[in-house]
Amino acid sequence: MTPLPVPQIAAAPALDERSRHLRRLVIQALEGGGRGHIGSSMSLIEILRVLYDDVLRYRPDEPAWAARDRFILSKGHGCLAQYALLADKGFFPTAELTRFCRRDSFLGGHPEAGKVPGVEASTGALGHGLPLGVGMALAARLKKSDHRVFVVMGDGETNEGSVWEAALSAGKHRLSNLVALVDYNKLQSYGPTREVCDMEPFVDKWRAFNFAATEVDGHDVAAMSELFRRLPLDADKPTAIICHTVKGKGIPFAEGRADWHHKAKVTAQDVAAMYDALEGC
Amino acid sequence: MRKAALDKIHHLARRDPRVLFLGSDLGSGTLEEMRQEFPERFFMEGISEANFVGMAAGLAMEGFIPYLNTIAPFFTRRAFEQIAIDLCLHKLPVRLIASGGGVVYAPLGPTHLAIEDIAAMRALPNMTVVAVSDAEEMRRLMDQTLDWPGPIYIRLAKGGDPIVSDPDKGFAIGKAILVRAPAEILLVTTGVTLGTAIQVADHLADEGLRCGILHMHTVKPVDAETLVATAAPARLVVTIEEHIRTGGLGSAVLETLSDHRTTPLPKVVRLGLPDAFPKEYGSQDSMLEGFGLKAPQVVAAVRQAWQGVAS
Repeated sequence: MTPLPVPQIAAAPALDERSRHLRRLVIQALEGGGRGHIGSSMSLIEILRVLYDDVLRYRPDEPAWAARDRFILSKGHGCLAQYALLADKGFFPTAELTRFCRRDSFLGGHPEAGKVPGVEASTGALGHGLPLGVGMALAARLKKSDHRVFVVMGDGETNEGSVWEAALSAGKHRLSNLVALVDYNKLQSYGPTREVCDMEPFVDKWRAFNFAATEVDGHDVAAMSELFRRLPLDADKPTAIICHTVKGKGIPFAEGRADWHHKAKVTAQDVAAMYDALEGC
Repeated sequence: MRKAALDKIHHLARRDPRVLFLGSDLGSGTLEEMRQEFPERFFMEGISEANFVGMAAGLAMEGFIPYLNTIAPFFTRRAFEQIAIDLCLHKLPVRLIASGGGVVYAPLGPTHLAIEDIAAMRALPNMTVVAVSDAEEMRRLMDQTLDWPGPIYIRLAKGGDPIVSDPDKGFAIGKAILVRAPAEILLVTTGVTLGTAIQVADHLADEGLRCGILHMHTVKPVDAETLVATAAPARLVVTIEEHIRTGGLGSAVLETLSDHRTTPLPKVVRLGLPDAFPKEYGSQDSMLEGFGLKAPQVVAAVRQAWQGVAS
């Protein structure tokens, strides 16, 4: 097949009120738990917003609905973003966000299936989501169901060999009902992905593994919405979408900063500063 | 035993549409009849154990019952995190059929030996660990695997092992089998060491020493009730396992007696492999002999331990 054209990545428009609202929900949870993966969650917001607003098929009052699309947040440390979307969509009350990481809360520092309505799989250790997604996509095929499987991974996560083992399987089985998305914020815990473990040429890697692969600005809601509506990109292949994002997006003093990957002690001043910064975006 | 297990998967697949088979890169022709009959339910995924365990979890989350087969350490060492998180944390009905339990692959060296697999699998919450004694017992086990909740680690022996199990004793996962009536000496076995224990008991009976035998094919969940009851009259308990002495059957027996017995513990002797990677090759038999696990050596070990207890 002819390689898909690589779109030119333009700077995303400024965050709109919905993006700021979702980020405020994340900050509420950060404040409640006093900790959290800030940068890793903020980069994800628009990807998840587009999926939950425009793409995924689900019923908040019936999370186990058989015909739902399966969504796996393989980069489980980005769960604050998913919690914000699930609360926003009514899977559970928004007030629960303020109890993040409390002893008796169902919202932990990594998402757990069976605890959080709308979470398909317990993730946190990296490199598990795509193999699970391959199994789920095969199951959908075996059951002749038209639901799809979406797996969101971090860029650092794709250092894991199990991701590429699963990519081999997905390509072999031509799982066109499987969509792998990568939150490519260019920073992993220690520092730039290019220095820690360079994944470039990233899109080409997925193509070499028999995916239909492309890239998009992961903060451009309109561009992602348009792209995701065209899924699968190839009727005979799984899809991979590299979403170019900014770690800490929306909080300028955290943007692109490895030291904001995770904060164990979020102070009241941090919270106030984040709310303030968000309004200026 | 492996053939019995794999053939059973095919039979189970005929009975239940939830049954799937996943292999890594098994020998040519493995389960060919099942592949012919159910091509869409037969997967050979290549040398990628982390992926095929995760894949199986994804299938199980959707209601399927995947049966997986590869060489034991490639499950327990290579895919440990997938087994722990994808299978055990989610408590999914995936069956791991582990070829070459213990020192079956002695000539292939330490990379292929499964000497700490029971310890590793037993440490995982929600895991069930089973090592049957022969092909007949394997068939009885496999019939019960369809509806058992959570993952099962099924440890295979070499194959062609003598049939020592008794169909009249029945079989239930999690229920130890009393093979010889309780006595002052109790031999506790898992896997093919049942055959060894029977030889040992026969030999010692000729010397006037009576041994009870309790076959704990299921090492986890441990059948504490039967173990404690059977060990009640024992002054000496000898566990026999093709596994390191750390964390396996012997450890399970000691822990269980310590936790559940109200009277002082009997002397417990744990026969098994030392805490070391074996340095020799040869055969399973020669390696077991090297570690003192063949019947004549176990006879000597029991006799010696009994002298210490009885005196």
